Amino acid sequence: MAGADSDDSLYPIAVLIDELRNEDVQLRLNSIKKLSTIALALGVERTRTELLPFLTDTIYDEDEVLLALAEQLGNFTMLVGGPEYVHCLLPPLESLATVEETVVRDKAVESLRKISHEHSPVDLEVHFEPLVKRLASGDWFTSRTSACGLFSVCYPRVSSTVKAEIRQHFRTLCSDDTPMVRRAAASKLGEFAKVLELEYVKSDIISLFTALASDEQDSVRLLAVEAGVSIATLLPQEDLEALVMPTLRQAAEDKSWRVRYMVADKFSDLQKAVGPEITKNDLVPAFQNLLKDCEAEVRAAAANKVKEFCENLPEDSRETIIMTHILPCVKELVSDTNQHVKSALASVIMGLSTILGKDNTIEHLLPLFLAQLKDECPEVRLNIISNLDCVNEVIGIRQLSQSLLPAIVELAEDAKWRVRLAIIEYMPLLAGQLGVEFFDEKLNSLCMAWLVDHVYAIREAATCNLMKLVEKFGAEWAQNTIVPKVLGMANDPNYLHRMTTLFCINALSEVCGQEITTKHMLPVVFKMSNDQVANVRFNVAKSLQKIGPVLDSNCLQTEVKPVLEKLASDQDIDVKYFAQEAISVLSLA
Amino acid sequence: MSNIMDKVDGFSRKSVRKAKQKRSQSSSQFRSQGKPIELTPLPLLKDVSAQEQPELFLKKLQQCCAVFDFMDTLSDLKMKEYKRSTLNELVDYVTVSRGYLTEQAYPEVVKMVSYNIFRTLPPSDSNEFDPEEDEPTLEASWPHLQLVYEFFIRFLESQEFQPSIAKKYIDQKFVLQLLELFDSEDPRERDYLKTVLHRIYGKFLGLRAFIRKQINNIFLRFVYETEHFNGVAELLEILGSIINGFALPLKAEHKQFLVKVLIPLHTVRSLSLFHAQLAYCIVQFLEKDPALTEPVIGGLLKFWPKTCSQKEVMFLGELEEILDVIEPTQFVKIQDPLFKQISKCVSSPHFQVAERALYYWNNEYIMSLIEENSNVILPIMFTSLYRISKEHWNPAIVALVYNVLKAFMEMNSTLFDELTSTYKSDRQREKKKEKEREELWKRLEDLELKRSLQSDGIIPT
Repeated sequence: MAGADSDDSLYPIAVLIDELRNEDVQLRLNSIKKLSTIALALGVERTRTELLPFLTDTIYDEDEVLLALAEQLGNFTMLVGGPEYVHCLLPPLESLATVEETVVRDKAVESLRKISHEHSPVDLEVHFEPLVKRLASGDWFTSRTSACGLFSVCYPRVSSTVKAEIRQHFRTLCSDDTPMVRRAAASKLGEFAKVLELEYVKSDIISLFTALASDEQDSVRLLAVEAGVSIATLLPQEDLEALVMPTLRQAAEDKSWRVRYMVADKFSDLQKAVGPEITKNDLVPAFQNLLKDCEAEVRAAAANKVKEFCENLPEDSRETIIMTHILPCVKELVSDTNQHVKSALASVIMGLSTILGKDNTIEHLLPLFLAQLKDECPEVRLNIISNLDCVNEVIGIRQLSQSLLPAIVELAEDAKWRVRLAIIEYMPLLAGQLGVEFFDEKLNSLCMAWLVDHVYAIREAATCNLMKLVEKFGAEWAQNTIVPKVLGMANDPNYLHRMTTLFCINALSEVCGQEITTKHMLPVVFKMSNDQVANVRFNVAKSLQKIGPVLDSNCLQTEVKPVLEKLASDQDIDVKYFAQEAISVLSLA
Repeated sequence: MSNIMDKVDGFSRKSVRKAKQKRSQSSSQFRSQGKPIELTPLPLLKDVSAQEQPELFLKKLQQCCAVFDFMDTLSDLKMKEYKRSTLNELVDYVTVSRGYLTEQAYPEVVKMVSYNIFRTLPPSDSNEFDPEEDEPTLEASWPHLQLVYEFFIRFLESQEFQPSIAKKYIDQKFVLQLLELFDSEDPRERDYLKTVLHRIYGKFLGLRAFIRKQINNIFLRFVYETEHFNGVAELLEILGSIINGFALPLKAEHKQFLVKVLIPLHTVRSLSLFHAQLAYCIVQFLEKDPALTEPVIGGLLKFWPKTCSQKEVMFLGELEEILDVIEPTQFVKIQDPLFKQISKCVSSPHFQVAERALYYWNNEYIMSLIEENSNVILPIMFTSLYRISKEHWNPAIVALVYNVLKAFMEMNSTLFDELTSTYKSDRQREKKKEKEREELWKRLEDLELKRSLQSDGIIPT
């Protein structure tokens, strides 16, 4: 270190600080992002005595700079001399935690949480905890909001007197008169409950939870729902009914749809937290209500949870509950007026078949799948098709294939290219499940039609699809069914289609192997090197570069090289460029 | 809509939305589900004797507490019509009648209004509702709601209305719910709410501080948490007239509102929707207390748009409004950072930004301020102007810049000549400094590299 120390004199703090103060924001930002380099140049002592005071004093800058600073300081422990000096970082971070801009504040809190673990228990009480207290009693809401995120990190490692103070502060913030602070407290309630002793969870946290869950603002109440789930996991089963269930029941029937939405969204976690008995008695009816909610948003959130909820039902009564309570609601959702609801349901409904088994699936679920496959909204159909594998395991796909085909064909020709794109992506999966025969008979022509789609993204996806199909069905199948068609397009009057041939060759050469490539594809590529459209010619060069590795060296030298050399003297500059690139990549020079 | 929707949806929302049938109406009446509502028709108020009227008035108010489901266009048609005509009758009644407003009527009026207007607003139809482009979702129950608002406003404006009695019922909780409604997507509803809130602010002195504080909270949530609230323009409009009435000297609370709430409102993406009202509020403050100029302009400069040219044009417009009323002593305090920013705007490659900034030189008052301080402003502006006069792609901008240069030349020809002659050497000096900086950083990085090799693990990466 001695040698490095003598270097320090080269960098007077003034020069470095000038950089941090530069008029140009971008330069300031760059300097702040390299703050660790500056600290390193100064050494630990001067970082503590000169750099940090400077940073603490001049915290008025653009938020972007402050954000970078807040982040840097979280990693600064070693640069100020290790854990015994880590508390030096607190003053600048404290200021940053009071800044208006949320991202800066959050980052400062994140860094404070990080360095809190590097404090010794003594330093935590002497330096860190007082900071939390100061923030918690700050004038402006920003500091109080930040304080909410710091209680849980210091609580476990301080003395019981200090613990009591921390609990008191948290309690105060939960009834703060600005909703921003109450929201922050509500969102940290679960986390704080986890570090508290059980007796205090029961005495303190429950009353805070109940109060926040009946706050006048729905934005606070909805955050309490999540806290409720965490609290429920902490309590012994016998206390749940009395301590949290009344509040949670009330949340599931809240007059604000946002709160009900939150309950629906957290339903699976809730179910795990409260256990089988309460699930049977309370959650099942609550879930039914959510599935029938008057607001589509809530129904969609609940519909998303149908499979998970059913899966986690206690085994002894699972089937009865599903058949008598859940399935009737599900049936109604299939013909919901809102497409998001139907779509949410379609993304999970197939999962029910594994839970209910073959007979129930055929009798009760199959009609629903079929109805959804005919839904007017393409997303619903797509979601069903994308989850076919679950049904395949239970009843085999044949049951569905009659209805499947028209649905696939319709999606394949949908006016929106994104829908077409989505169905193409499921083709390899479908091909695997339906088998080669069915595929050749019904779906092959679709796959070929996409190659001449008027949207490039579809043509591109179609090429990629062919490659995946060949991976599934093998090179021989490729040679018999798709290669001739692909090569036929080389004579198409439309140059875009001719280029598609080249793109297909690029994708297929490797999976088809050397023989097919050399024998069938290469001659076509060569022929196209005389194409009158320059774009086709330079794509020939690119294709040759791409398929070169598949070919043997003799073929490369005697056949590919002359073609590329000819293209390298093409009159078009792009053709020349790509030909030369191919020559050098294939080392043919 | 929520994140979950994104996963489900998977496609660009706009195209999907255009394709499906348009749901232009919405309502969220959670409690109004279920069985049909039956109301027993009552006689008209004008058909009963004067003594019976107050009693009947109360009965009618109670009937109007029944809330109908307007999303179901077929249900309760008769009863809906009955309630509509009753509300109409009530509106007329409070406008023309005398002596109707008994003490018992107050809680019933407030109850009826609360039952009808207070509701959780339905979810927005789209994830990113763009009020400039998308049609707003209209409130389905408007045929009733409008009359309820109309009735309430007439009630508040009625000569017999006594705030001292009403304040028992129109309390903080009432106001809080009222303010939440400003998020309504329906512009007609927000317009009525504006009038209602204005009247309440005017008549209930005890609620004023509370109203201001809650508006603060709404704005802060809007700026720092959600970036979504439909009624910002309306609330600002009300604030505009409230600020106008502030007593001098301004209280610390009001100054804090200006600096910590109004200024940060400029950062919001949808600024264009309420910028006019916001700029009005800001100028109101400055006319009240010119000493606020420095923090205001400092704040605008801090939040100056980096990538959005339309917003930059708005900022320049607002700045000009401020400069129109600025006092020369205040101008001197902020001219340095201010003209550094203007100099950047003038050299913006976006010609509307450059043009908007150059228009300052057509403003006589601003010109006179520049002239008085040309020794400070000219050196700041000169480099950009000189460079643009040679480089800008847009001929209109180049022409404007020539005029500005000419104006400067006439103002202070000695300084102008001096700057022209040192232009080249100044650029060279800048380049040299730039090079020095690069070298400094290079040396610092070498050092870091060396150290990390020396003592592996010391440097967190």
